Amino acid sequence: MITGVPVQYFLILATLMFFAGIYGFLTRRNLITMLMAVELILNSVNINFMAFNRYLYPHKMEGMFFSLFVIAVAASEAAVAIAIIINIYRRFATINVEDVNEMKY
Amino acid sequence: MINFSYTIWILLLPFLVFLLLGLAGHKLKPKLSGLIGTTGLGIITFLSYLTAYQYFFASEKVDGVFQKIIAFNGVWLQLTENLHIDIGILLDPISVMMLVVVTTVSFMVHIYSIGYMHGEKGFERFFAFLSLFSFSMLGLVVATNIFQMYIFWELVGVSSYLLIGFYYTKPSAVRASKKAFIVTRFADMGFLIGILILSFNTKTFDFITLTSLTGPAITQTGGAAFMGLSVITWSMIFVYMGGVGKSAMFPFHIWLPDAMEGPTPVSALIHAATMVVAGVYLVARMFPIYAIAAPDALNVVAYVGAFSSLLAAVIACTQTDIKRVLAYSTMSQIGYMMLALGVSGYGGHDGLGYMASMFHLFTHAMFKALLFLGAGAIIHAVHSNYMTEMGGLRKYLPITHATFLIACLTIAGIPPLSGFFSKDEILTAALHHNKLLFAVEYAVAGLTAFYMFRLYFSIFWRKETHYHHTPHEAPLTMTIPLIILAIGSVFSGFIPFSELVTSDSMPFESHIEMAVAIPSVLIGIAGIGIAYIMYKKETSIPDRLATTFKYSYKWAYNKFYIDEVYLYITKNIIFRYISTPIAWFDRHIVDGTMNLIAFTTQLLSFRIRNYQSGQLQKYGFVFVTGAIALAILFAYLWK
Repeated sequence: MITGVPVQYFLILATLMFFAGIYGFLTRRNLITMLMAVELILNSVNINFMAFNRYLYPHKMEGMFFSLFVIAVAASEAAVAIAIIINIYRRFATINVEDVNEMKY
Repeated sequence: MINFSYTIWILLLPFLVFLLLGLAGHKLKPKLSGLIGTTGLGIITFLSYLTAYQYFFASEKVDGVFQKIIAFNGVWLQLTENLHIDIGILLDPISVMMLVVVTTVSFMVHIYSIGYMHGEKGFERFFAFLSLFSFSMLGLVVATNIFQMYIFWELVGVSSYLLIGFYYTKPSAVRASKKAFIVTRFADMGFLIGILILSFNTKTFDFITLTSLTGPAITQTGGAAFMGLSVITWSMIFVYMGGVGKSAMFPFHIWLPDAMEGPTPVSALIHAATMVVAGVYLVARMFPIYAIAAPDALNVVAYVGAFSSLLAAVIACTQTDIKRVLAYSTMSQIGYMMLALGVSGYGGHDGLGYMASMFHLFTHAMFKALLFLGAGAIIHAVHSNYMTEMGGLRKYLPITHATFLIACLTIAGIPPLSGFFSKDEILTAALHHNKLLFAVEYAVAGLTAFYMFRLYFSIFWRKETHYHHTPHEAPLTMTIPLIILAIGSVFSGFIPFSELVTSDSMPFESHIEMAVAIPSVLIGIAGIGIAYIMYKKETSIPDRLATTFKYSYKWAYNKFYIDEVYLYITKNIIFRYISTPIAWFDRHIVDGTMNLIAFTTQLLSFRIRNYQSGQLQKYGFVFVTGAIALAILFAYLWK
């Protein structure tokens, strides 16, 4: 149990992680890196859930469950995303996101 | 009271046969499908005879009047509380008589077709169409209301179209079928307008209500007037327009001669005996309205009939295609029937013309079907339609010759054959009503005898033609109907029509008026005599006459250029001055507006399609920016 750490610290950490993720998602051209950035975003949200749960409703568990759900969904999402990426690689022989634009107009 | 509910089978059976042959015909052997069609027709012929016997001789009359019996009725389309369209079966003297006529001729034609169409491609299709036609014609005849009649009216039009165009690989047949359909369709537009005006004013479609003497159509004679004629009169004239189209009266007669492109049994059935008299039947069906509420419309009927019969008789004298001669003869005889209705009064002995018209319809169906079937047998033997290529056929085709001669004598009005009686009644009725119309019809009687015997002598006598292969008599399936119809033509004149079919269903005494009968027989004999002199042996008289009256001959030979007038009107006036501007408006204004809208949309979409770059990160950037912008916006709003 962490005592004496104000909730703002957690929120600042989560915000930093969130925007680091956004930044990574928008700037990286490698699909795998982008996927990792998305994981960062998800985990920042998880931190938020946990922090609010702990500080606002210490006797309830909803925030925990939501975090668990997010982790489970993120895991399956990673599996699907990697499957797609492998298929893209097979087809285009690249995982550079700028080269994968067949579906424009 | 006799139960007439079995009459429903008269309608159902041919329809079922049509479905069977139409859907499964190609899987059956041609012979079997012919047999099915003929058997079906045989059964309904029997049923019709049974109906006629029970109706005329076994059912009760009330005060000596034949009752109108509704054998079956079902509401088909409920428009408003009072106005509904029914499908039903109405039995009254004329519909029962027509049942007999239609089924008899149709049955004969079915038997005949087995021989005539033998080995043709589409044998079962032919029989399917014949059944469809029989169904539609019978439905028209027994219609309980004017809308049912209109529905079946169009159905006979369709079956006529299908049968004229039976040889659909022949361009002339296709043209003829289109012409027949479009011309009659145009006339039917008038019929529909007439029905709408009539039902709007009387609030009913039902024949019994319409024609009852106390019904709305007859008692409501006042009403609004247009151009000096009452609304009812106008509606009856429009209704008659439909009859003019179907019965090939002037000016809508142009389709009938071309309709001869169809197989000959079809010409016998549809374009001689049954469908073309539908117009006469229509007027007869609405007769009380015509006679009492709309005498002006009835005058139109009389004059159109008289003019058509004269025009057709003159043209028939010059034609060389034997089927076309018969077609014009049909038109002329239907003109007779129309005229007889036109000069008739209502009730008792005044209704002589009505009775005569129905009588002539009956006898004409017999002898004209016989003439056409005989012509079919001749064409079958000679493989030509032109009388110039025939001659001396009496030795080769004895049965056809005998029956054809009987039919010619019948149509010429020689006693005691049936044509004499019916034509005599018509002339008597005309004489009592209008001397001018009588004179016209008297002249037409002479012309009829002349052109029929011109045809007869040219085919069977005149010269010894050498044929490529010797003509042979037709098979039994073709000669038996000829013989039966010949018997009908000889004896049907003795049916006491005035006791069965009259304008008010009340029997009256009719007798042969010698003052009319003797001159009409004399002019018939005179016509035959002239034809005998001119065509019995090869002479130069016809050619000399043709050169003497060069211009009038040419006019008549070219059917008075009526076809050309129609072509000129449609091509040079309607197409050029009405259709072309409309087409321009459609192409440039209507289509132009649409094209402009499409062009603008396309231009716009070209501009904005670059946003759909397919670059995932661009989308992401836009999305995140938007989300942040919204977040800031909401943060300000909820302060």
